[in-house]
Amino acid sequence: MLKQTKILTKRYDLDESWTLQTYEKTGGYKQARRAMRMTREDIVAEMKAANLRGRGGAGFPMGVKWSFMPPKGDKPHYLAINADEGEPGTFKDRTIMEKDPHSVVEGCIIGCRGIGANAAYIYVRDELHLSKARLWDAIHEARKKGYLGAKPFGVDYPVDVFVHTGAGAYICGEETSLLNSLEGRRGEPRLKPPFPAQYGAFGMPTTVNNLESIAAAVPILEMGGDNFSQLSDLHHMRDGGSRLFGVSGHVNNPGTWECAVGLTLRELIYDLGGGVKGGELLGVIPGGSSTPILRPDEKVHAPNEDDPMHKWHGQSVLDVPMGVDTLRNCGTMLGTCCATVLSDQACPVLAMHNLMRFYRHESCGQCTPCREGSGWIERILDRIVAGEAEIEELDRLHEIAGNIMGNTICAFGEGTAMPALGFLKKFRKEFEDFVRTKGKSSTGRLTIAASSDHRAA
Amino acid sequence: MAFSLTPERQETLQDILSRYPNKMAATIPLLHLCQEQNGWVSDEVVDYVATTLELPTAHVFGVVTFYTLFFTHPMGKHHVWVCRTLSCALNGADEILERCKDKLGIDIGETTEDGQVSLHTAECLASCGTAPMMQIDKEYHENLTLDQVDVLLDRLRS
Repeated sequence: MLKQTKILTKRYDLDESWTLQTYEKTGGYKQARRAMRMTREDIVAEMKAANLRGRGGAGFPMGVKWSFMPPKGDKPHYLAINADEGEPGTFKDRTIMEKDPHSVVEGCIIGCRGIGANAAYIYVRDELHLSKARLWDAIHEARKKGYLGAKPFGVDYPVDVFVHTGAGAYICGEETSLLNSLEGRRGEPRLKPPFPAQYGAFGMPTTVNNLESIAAAVPILEMGGDNFSQLSDLHHMRDGGSRLFGVSGHVNNPGTWECAVGLTLRELIYDLGGGVKGGELLGVIPGGSSTPILRPDEKVHAPNEDDPMHKWHGQSVLDVPMGVDTLRNCGTMLGTCCATVLSDQACPVLAMHNLMRFYRHESCGQCTPCREGSGWIERILDRIVAGEAEIEELDRLHEIAGNIMGNTICAFGEGTAMPALGFLKKFRKEFEDFVRTKGKSSTGRLTIAASSDHRAA
Repeated sequence: MAFSLTPERQETLQDILSRYPNKMAATIPLLHLCQEQNGWVSDEVVDYVATTLELPTAHVFGVVTFYTLFFTHPMGKHHVWVCRTLSCALNGADEILERCKDKLGIDIGETTEDGQVSLHTAECLASCGTAPMMQIDKEYHENLTLDQVDVLLDRLRS
């Protein structure tokens, strides 16, 4: 259900929303002040009650993650914030950093208190210069006020926050790769276990949270975890709160909006995104390029009454509330909740080619199935696009993607293989026609034709 | 010739070192600082970073070659990055890239003869809602038209 909210974005439209003055005038830092006087257990309990599913893509409950941190011993604990925002199609965390950086700093204070850490590192991709500057300014303002440092808000519990930057590697958005990058190493993912909560940054217990997740810690304490969770239509499925939704690609009004969890793809595309630009809907990638594409004619199949999806049995996947579990049950993922829309003027073969080039470029090269497989997929697609491929090569693509799945250290392998298989299965006819006609069956482009030749095309 | 940081950047380095529990964590920030001064990461820069942070040269070189934003050869004074990933591609990134190539007279990965501009393609720069886009040095330029590309590139070389 379309229910726009103004919780995470309440300062977005204010003048100089990124300054401490505006932040405090609108209630800022009250929750951090409170959190400094709360116990770890109480903070974690609120986060658990909020049912906040990680906003970075995997959808793991944030409160549960915090509870994995060991009790405070002699080892330092760390909080690492993932603001590497590099998933193609995703552009939501940037808005928080640019428009409300103090909410990130305040979230970090609450987070440090909640996991027993004294330092938080916000890992921002290097290209986001404005985001980095706004975060640093916010940190300096907070330090000056005594909200960070040796005694935040007068409580003898040191907290400091730092911005750390990468240097252009998509893989550093994977949490263990991010930790390696933070430590000054090549950003190659680590084998798990040990998990970061045992052995994370600098070998110490660490929690890695997405930037939107940590910013949401502030309203969670303010409203109370349960109240926050109940904003969502999927509260009963333990998928709570409100979050940022984005839509880009072939829509008339691309952008980001804050809505309660439970928005449908149809509402996102048509009500918020202004509808499909230049044609009919070909498909939608629901939450970043690693999530398999959905076709508008796909229906939910859940005839069994015990099935949690039964409520939507027979309905279009576009009418299912977007949640971590609901979209997983539709054979895709919610991911980062930023959708990419393709109109029927775009060729699905070229779209897959574009994305597979991305994955080949960004594979870190550590695991053979991913390093070689992503290259093979791209080269076969090169041949298909050039009109040189045989029909059997479509099956070879299936086989290669299938051999990447589950055979790599990190989820990048699945992130490559799942969307590849999605395109191949759902647009099999288009792929076959493309190969047989050497591309003549295709519109031959990704863009919408200029209005003059629109009808002719 | 050995490389060293300007006194001002030396101070920044001290601030960077104070953020982490060990010196190695400063590798990427220090490389950024050096590249900002030198324009690229030369062998001398690698040696300087290794010596300053008490790390093996091979470690530093390994880091440099892993990340796409570190350059191992001299580059232009300005960097133009054109995003070509899906949302931008759906909104005309190819045309933007072609215009940049024509206008600058160079291919992807090359630098203009006067040493002013290097042209690169970028993977998704988190600007999908305002596609197509390109980054020139530290600035994002969003919702681009071909005319705007002309103006921006002219401005760079004037």
